Amino acid sequence: MTATAAAVEITPELASEHGLTGEEYAKILDILGRAPNITELGVFSAMWSEHCSYKSSKVWLKTLPTEGPRVICGPGENAGVVDIGDGKAAVFKIESHNHPSFIEPYQGAATGVGGILRDVFTMGARPVASMNALRFGSPDHPKTRHLVSGVVAGIGGYGNCIGVPTVGGECVFHRAYNGNILVNAMTVGIADADRIFYSAAAGPGNPMVYVGSKTGRDGIHGATMASAEFAEDSEEKRPTVQVGDPFTEKLLLEACLELMATDAIVAIQDMGAAGLTSSSVEMASKGGVGVELELDRVPMRETGMTPYELMLSESQERMLMVLKPGREDEARRIFDKWELDFAVIGRVTDSGRLVLKFHGETVGDIPVAPLVAAAPEYERPYEETPKAEAIAASAVPAPADPVEALARLLGGPHLSSRRWIWEQYDHMVMADTVQPPGGDAAVVRIHGSGRGLAITTDATPRYCLADPVEGGRQAVAEAWRNLTAVGALPLALTNNLNFGNPEKPRIMGQLAGCVTGMAEACRALDFPVVSGNVSLYNETSGEAILPTPVIGGLGLIEDLAKTARIEIPREGLELVLIGATAGWLGASLYLREIAGREEGAPPPVDLEAERRNGDLVRGLIAAGRVAACHDLADGGLLVAAAEMALAGDIGATLDGAPGDLPLHAWLFGEDQARYLLAVEDGRAIVADARAQDVPAVAVGRSGGDALTVAGGHTISIGELRRRHEDWLPSFMARP
Amino acid sequence: MRTAVIVFPGSNCDRDAAVALEAAFGRAPHMIWHRESDLPALDLIVLPGGFSYGDYLRSGAMAAQSPVLRAVREQAGRGVLVIGICNGFQVLTETGLLPGVLMRNAGLKFVCRDVDLIVGTGDSPFTRAYVQGQRVTMPVAHHDGNYYADETTLDRLEGEDRVAFRYAGREANPNGSARDIAGILNERRNVLGMMPHPERAVDPLHGGIGGRALFEGLVEAVAA
Repeated sequence: MTATAAAVEITPELASEHGLTGEEYAKILDILGRAPNITELGVFSAMWSEHCSYKSSKVWLKTLPTEGPRVICGPGENAGVVDIGDGKAAVFKIESHNHPSFIEPYQGAATGVGGILRDVFTMGARPVASMNALRFGSPDHPKTRHLVSGVVAGIGGYGNCIGVPTVGGECVFHRAYNGNILVNAMTVGIADADRIFYSAAAGPGNPMVYVGSKTGRDGIHGATMASAEFAEDSEEKRPTVQVGDPFTEKLLLEACLELMATDAIVAIQDMGAAGLTSSSVEMASKGGVGVELELDRVPMRETGMTPYELMLSESQERMLMVLKPGREDEARRIFDKWELDFAVIGRVTDSGRLVLKFHGETVGDIPVAPLVAAAPEYERPYEETPKAEAIAASAVPAPADPVEALARLLGGPHLSSRRWIWEQYDHMVMADTVQPPGGDAAVVRIHGSGRGLAITTDATPRYCLADPVEGGRQAVAEAWRNLTAVGALPLALTNNLNFGNPEKPRIMGQLAGCVTGMAEACRALDFPVVSGNVSLYNETSGEAILPTPVIGGLGLIEDLAKTARIEIPREGLELVLIGATAGWLGASLYLREIAGREEGAPPPVDLEAERRNGDLVRGLIAAGRVAACHDLADGGLLVAAAEMALAGDIGATLDGAPGDLPLHAWLFGEDQARYLLAVEDGRAIVADARAQDVPAVAVGRSGGDALTVAGGHTISIGELRRRHEDWLPSFMARP
Repeated sequence: MRTAVIVFPGSNCDRDAAVALEAAFGRAPHMIWHRESDLPALDLIVLPGGFSYGDYLRSGAMAAQSPVLRAVREQAGRGVLVIGICNGFQVLTETGLLPGVLMRNAGLKFVCRDVDLIVGTGDSPFTRAYVQGQRVTMPVAHHDGNYYADETTLDRLEGEDRVAFRYAGREANPNGSARDIAGILNERRNVLGMMPHPERAVDPLHGGIGGRALFEGLVEAVAA
């Protein structure tokens, strides 16, 4: 071993500073049969971090359904792959960059986008669309505007430059995120179904090749940082955040796709969290081979870098590949053309060991199989979340004026227009964006065809807090519903589980409950999980975020001429409500924003009804019988009708509540599995729906320039628009 | 009917431009890499949108120094049609083929939205299929689109009927451009620079076809 490695004395304290428990450190001693040196300790610490090992969540993740007739590749690779017909496959994944974005919002968010784009093109796909799910603290919190401004600029800065449209997402404010914002980024790419690239290294003797940016000292220990709670000093962790260069990533994207058009690549893996460590270990582990790296050959941005730093750097825009023997020159020419670094830094071996050399000396030697297989996996104790009580609609006060309550909802932090955000994203580059941000799901054309992909991200954390199982079901059901509402067939999903500290049984109970609910919904809706990410320890000084399992859904549209949008296109259409309404106000947005109460059980999700109702709606859209469609979610019927009217710039009238349902429960209840349609032949659609056991009722009609409710209450579309559009820009412009 | 799209490292609307050209001309354009210094004989050259060389200096400044731009300048001097869209417009001002500069947007933020434009002149190969005063919609997507030139230059552009497109009034102006200018011609009227993206408005699925007449006009102009 070299002087550099030997110079640092390894103690249990140092191991603990690396985030390893005493038990984990003992396991390392056992695997190596000796004490690790500092480089090896770094490798173990990164591989066994929560971020890389999923040690707290793995037992639960295994319960999610991951197979289906369309699934080409489920979880475990860089991204999930599904068959979309015509010889094409969609490759997609969502990933969090929560901790770095809180510390340094612009670069944290930008590199989050860069990382997920790389995951997708590593598999041979050209990225075609990105989305993001954002959670910020209370608007009153002094850091919120700074974080919103930086995160949005960072997402835009990266995506706009690389030229992949950012087609939508969600942005929600709640005080539970004051100390831990969430930045989850999703990318979808398209590849030839028979040209997918995987990461399993093979062929002892084959060259291991490093391409992309040079390695610097940025992001060292990012994975470890993302695996611990924040304290008051979290901002001192800024040096662990990476710096993004979207221009280099654009070159890397084009160079990789150019090389992938040949047959020179055996395996490829991007360097994300834990950089060269996780990429080389994963490639070796998946291929059941060994890897020998000569670290002094790694292109370096700074002088004097140590093996420890080289193995743990999270410098961005880098890839590791195994090439077929003798193809180095051909590959090098492509990377020269794109002016990117290209270096053979090692080779595949049959030793089953990760051997690290530095100027000829061995500075690390770890058996790969135990490094991966012995990674800790915890069945952490968990407490089931106590059931919240259902709240009767009659126990919730009615508003003096329902349309004023509507205007407060639509003109408040939760439901106001997100235009200020998405106008900073190039959502049209690639010229295939068919439904831009603002609808239920974004739709992009599959280039050169008349078919399309629908994409959405969803989660309702206040439901998950009140009842994790129901909240987990609802998140999946809502994503499925949003895809259905544009006429798409939901194919598969990716998920990002954002929770607090899993070592606390209460938090573990939230995770377990949400995953249980998600798994049920995935099964009932034939909507498998093909990729995902887990972000734990989203806590500051003991305060956890709301449980936030974000679902990124992907759907297929066979004919772009047969889709639906939310905008009411003309006057004189009938509004038909699909799905049953009980007037559920527990855990509703109305209850929180208008009545000022955050309590109660969330609306139950009937998965059979969900499926029946959705299948009916999709069929009606495909038959060309739907002029506009919107799923009912936060704020219920009245919010949905108002959003459809605003989008189409045409007024609407809603009738009063049926039976003895209180008006505010009818208008603002959040019962699930519902859609509002604007149609020509309302009577026929109601009859057809009922014939298929789907509740349907005519609830109003389009026309005029105001929204009128139950004969009396009215607000002009102009006034509603002003309030809807005004909140976010005014908030961001506040002195 | 020989068209070309110049591809810089960091261009990202090169494919979009190529798709629009192929749809209009019935033939795919040449895609020309930035290191080329000899160009084939061409009728039309497109400098596409994107972030050439990352635009880490002023937008378009590095591209203006590239080998291929010398060849483009030479062809423009011979009367070959050249259109620079978005980053391409920035490149054209940086090379001096068009006057003025494109500064950071007045709002300081990237802006991507559909904007209403007024056709400033129908008297050019690029705008011949439009009518002067016609209102058309195209998207913009840029951070540095705030057109600026001194008053004498602006007066001259207007006096010589060289404003090809304007934003339809102050409300529609997304970036603070002087006199709402969205696109300008050179003196000889064979070079156009514009911030809006006509290639993103040629297909009904784009939500509008306000850019289609530009390509149709070019087909007529090249055939003539």
